[in-house]
Amino acid sequence: MILNKNLKNVLLVIFTTLVLSACSTAKKSADIEGDVYTGKETVEYLASGVPDRVFFATNKSSLTTASRATLRKQATFLRKNKNLNVTIEGHADERGTREYNLALGERRANAARDYLMTYGISGKRISVISYGKEKPVNPKSSPLSWSQNRRSVTVKVN
Amino acid sequence: MERSSTKLQPYRNAKRLNVIRYIFALLISFLYFSKSLALIEVDITRGNLDPLPIAVSPLHVDIKSEGYKDLKIKNLGDNIASIIEKNFKNTGLFNPLKKDAFVQKPDIAHLKPRFEDWRLIKAQALVTGKILIKDNKLKVEFRLWDLTAAQEMTALAFTTTPSNWRRVAHIISDKIYERLTGEEGYFDTRIIYVAESGPKNQRIKKLAIMDQDGSNTKYLTLGNELVLTPRFNPTNQMVTYMSYFRNMPRVYLLDIETGTQEVVGNFPGMTFAPRFSPDGKKIIMSFAKDGNSDIYTMDLDSRIVERITEHSSIDTSPSFSPDGKFIAFNSDRSGLQQIYVMRSDGGNVKRITFGKGIYGTPVWSPRGDLIAFTKMHKGRFYIGVMRTDGTGERLLTENYYQEAPSWSPNGRVLVFYRETKAGDRGEGFSAKLWSIDITGYNERRLSTKTDASDPSWSSLLSK
Repeated sequence: MILNKNLKNVLLVIFTTLVLSACSTAKKSADIEGDVYTGKETVEYLASGVPDRVFFATNKSSLTTASRATLRKQATFLRKNKNLNVTIEGHADERGTREYNLALGERRANAARDYLMTYGISGKRISVISYGKEKPVNPKSSPLSWSQNRRSVTVKVN
Repeated sequence: MERSSTKLQPYRNAKRLNVIRYIFALLISFLYFSKSLALIEVDITRGNLDPLPIAVSPLHVDIKSEGYKDLKIKNLGDNIASIIEKNFKNTGLFNPLKKDAFVQKPDIAHLKPRFEDWRLIKAQALVTGKILIKDNKLKVEFRLWDLTAAQEMTALAFTTTPSNWRRVAHIISDKIYERLTGEEGYFDTRIIYVAESGPKNQRIKKLAIMDQDGSNTKYLTLGNELVLTPRFNPTNQMVTYMSYFRNMPRVYLLDIETGTQEVVGNFPGMTFAPRFSPDGKKIIMSFAKDGNSDIYTMDLDSRIVERITEHSSIDTSPSFSPDGKFIAFNSDRSGLQQIYVMRSDGGNVKRITFGKGIYGTPVWSPRGDLIAFTKMHKGRFYIGVMRTDGTGERLLTENYYQEAPSWSPNGRVLVFYRETKAGDRGEGFSAKLWSIDITGYNERRLSTKTDASDPSWSSLLSK
């Protein structure tokens, strides 16, 4: 009897845990997909419908399908505004060594630059700068803010 | 610092003093052969050591002393003794005894201690001294006594400008440490670091320099631009660091005395992660081009730039071996950050880290035998040391975030920085300097006026 009661309690705990964790992963997956931020919270716009930034997975500089779509919009925008030059800022999250993150930010900014160039934007119009982990957009120490900080941001310079 | 040293007349035949040396030999061999420790074990075993009880008598102030500027001569003997005590205490190897138990006046003890009386308060070593300020000069002498063997171990006198009194205390500390441990000290040294202030997402960073014990903080930049990773040259007069001056991230060279600074080399993109070669003639650093970072050196006299690595991966955080023959560096050519060693001409590249997790910031020990590093594994950060072929890895400390070890000049202690977790608006975030012995013992926070990161330890200033 007592054993049964205990078992029941255990099952209840397991069940609650499952429900709770299901909730938290459900919430997470709305904003992070495979370690890459997919939300809009920190995003600004170069023009209506043209997001200024793309996001990366931890230690990675490869562009996701969503990132490529964003960059194609940026390329279209830049083709329409021929006199506009941009700087692409590369950033990393705080969970890496400072020097490596400087290099990583540089690599991310260049990944975005290269993609814009394949869509016909002259490299002369695009400068890059890496800030490594020095300029987080979200100061919180959490997986969500880290994913928002792993980014490259296209900034108008004129 | 201008200083002349002369040996004091020894009180008696200063034979080699065996008891203390023996104790230290034991202690040191125990530390060296103790097994590699994860933090939890370190925590448990820390404090098992038996630090050497030492009495530092206040230095006797000669009554013939004259006034000097606003220096409080009356307290100078006490102040010098306090600095020596603090230095000793911070090593974790000594236990400086409380002064209220002292049994002899400073002047008499300095002439000839009553050994049996000092032994009564359980002291095993005694430091005594005398200071005199005359003609705007500070004359200091000190003696180190072995109380068990009832003998003088070492004695030294030197003269300097009175405003240098703090350095006098550090030099005395070094001499005593050297005599008792058989190793060079590290007290007459400075640490250059990045002083941080402001909210986490709008950090203001300045270059700062301080004495190893946290006093004499001076700021070398104003905080108008982001500065990172300062490192001393071998003579401690120059510093190489990275600055975002005019929003162009470049490696700079700064002369501490004159304040003049210049960009290192004429690179068309970001240069970063600079360090001096052991002879001080070159700066080694990373240069990023088209998203790829490789390692370069620039000769400071000839301005000749040499490319050392040529690889499509990130190559950064280079650090020369003390003989200048090898370079340890960080690369992700295997996929993730690992540590590699190559010849200083870039040949014979070998990966040396194969443990679980990823590795960064290799720094070669000034003794040449070890490489200190940062390791990241399962969301935790470790400072560790390994032999230069990657074997014998020992993790010294684990924390939420820490990195960037820098060696004390004698290769016994590492200083690094540690950051805390931040809340929703960045609250709770801090960055502080910490140090730990390479034995894994004696972890402690260094006092800094502000938050601090990227420490670099100088060599001995008075060598």
